[in-house]
Amino acid sequence: MISDEQVEMLISDLLEQYGYDFTGYSRASLKRRISRLYSLDKALSFAEFRYHIYNDQAYFKRFVEQITVNVTEMFRDPSFFKTLRDVVLPKLGTYPFIRIWLAGCSTGEEAYSISIMLKELNLLHKSLIYATDLNPAVLEKAAHGMFAMSQMKQYSENYILSGGTQDFSTYYTANYSLAKFDEELKQKIIFSTHNLVSDHSFNEFQLILCRNVLIYFERDLQHNVLDLFDESLEDLGYLALGTKETVDFSRIAKRYKRLPGHKIWRKVDHEGM
Amino acid sequence: MGGSAGSLEVLLRVLSEVRSDLSFPIIIVVHRKHGADSLLPSLLASRTRLIVKEADEKEMIVAGTVYVAPSDYHLLIEQDRTFSLDYSEKINYSRPAIDATFQTAAEVYKNKLVCLLLSGSNADGVIGLKCVKAWGGQAVIQDPASAQVAYMPEQAKLQVEIDRILGIEDIAEFINLLS
Repeated sequence: MISDEQVEMLISDLLEQYGYDFTGYSRASLKRRISRLYSLDKALSFAEFRYHIYNDQAYFKRFVEQITVNVTEMFRDPSFFKTLRDVVLPKLGTYPFIRIWLAGCSTGEEAYSISIMLKELNLLHKSLIYATDLNPAVLEKAAHGMFAMSQMKQYSENYILSGGTQDFSTYYTANYSLAKFDEELKQKIIFSTHNLVSDHSFNEFQLILCRNVLIYFERDLQHNVLDLFDESLEDLGYLALGTKETVDFSRIAKRYKRLPGHKIWRKVDHEGM
Repeated sequence: MGGSAGSLEVLLRVLSEVRSDLSFPIIIVVHRKHGADSLLPSLLASRTRLIVKEADEKEMIVAGTVYVAPSDYHLLIEQDRTFSLDYSEKINYSRPAIDATFQTAAEVYKNKLVCLLLSGSNADGVIGLKCVKAWGGQAVIQDPASAQVAYMPEQAKLQVEIDRILGIEDIAEFINLLS
C-alpha cells in the first residue's frame, strides 16, 4: 500500500511537473483514492507508478480523474433544491440577467438539475450557468448530457421531492442504457475548467454553488476558496454549500447571513441586515 | 464501533452502561438510510451522560466524547486527529462505510486503537479490522451467537485474528476497563 511519505512525493511531483496543486487537500481521502488507483491499476511498484504519472501525460490525466471524487446525482438533497426553486431562484428572477457558478460540477448532474428548474420557472432564457471543474475528463462527460438510464428512477423521485411537477421523463430521450437530456437544457450551460486552488475569480455571480468540494480541502485552503467565492459574488447574492460544510469560522462569515435550516448563505453588505 | 442491521439495540445498551469519565473518544459508524439525519445522535445521547454528537469535518477528536458518522458520508480520521468527510463511492453498498473509518483510524491510533464490530448483514468492517491488526490495534467482535444478524461478526471471525469475542452484556465492561 501507499505510505504517507509516498503521498507527499506524488503531491510534489504533480505540482512540479504539471502545476496541479494538491498540497492543501485533506490527506486521508487523498491517500485512500491514490491507494485505490494503485491497486486498481496493478502497478508493479511504487517507483513504476510514480514514474508513469510523472512522464505519461495520458496516465496523469487518468490519475487526476481517479483521485478526485466525482460522485454526484441529479437533485441530490431534494430539500436543498426545493429551497433553490421556492426561495433563491425567484429572488434572482427579479434581475435582468442571472449568472450562476457551479464550482466543482463534476459530470454535470447538478448543472442539468438547475437548468431544469430555471426552465420551469421561465428564467432559463435570461440565465447563464458556468459549470467548472479542475478535471477536463469529467467536463467532457458533462457536456454530452447523457446519464445512466438506471439512475432515472432515483432522479425522478428526487425531482418530485424537490418540488418538480412535470413528468421527469420528458426531459430526456432513452438511448439504450443512457438518458440523453434535451439540448435546450445545456444551451445556457458553459462547461469550463477552473481549479479552485490556483485559478482566480473570473466573473461576478448572483448564485454560487459548491457542494461537497470543500470537505476535501484543509482548513486554510477552504478559507482561501471562500475568499474567492466572496470576490466572485455580488452583494445580496447567494452561496450554497454541502450538507456538512459551512462559512462559519471563516474570514467571510460576518458578511453572510444564513437561510434558516439550509446550507445557503446570502451576502449582505453590512452586518445585521 | 461499527455495526449494521441489529446493532442499534446493542449500542443503546452499551452506551447506557459506559462510564461517563472515559479517557478516550468513541467513534460510531452505523449503516443507515440516507435522510434519517440527526435522529441517531440524539437517540444515543438519551442513554448516556457522555457528549454525543455527529462528527463534523475538521473537528478535533477529543476524549470523553461519542462521535457518530453522519449519514451519506464516509468518516475518515486524519493524522492530526481531526475528522474529515468523504462523499466518494459507496463501499460494501454503504456510506458511511465501517471499513473507511477503521482503516484510517488504524494508521492514526495504531496500538491505541480498539475496534469493535457488531451485528450486521454484510462484511463491511472486516477489511478494516485486518488493517487495525496490521497497525497493532485490537480487533474485537460481538459474539455472533448473540447478534441479531450474525453475518458481519462471523465474517470477521473467519477472516481476521480476533482479540476478543464479547457477549452483549460484556461489551460495556470491556470498554470501561480500557484506558
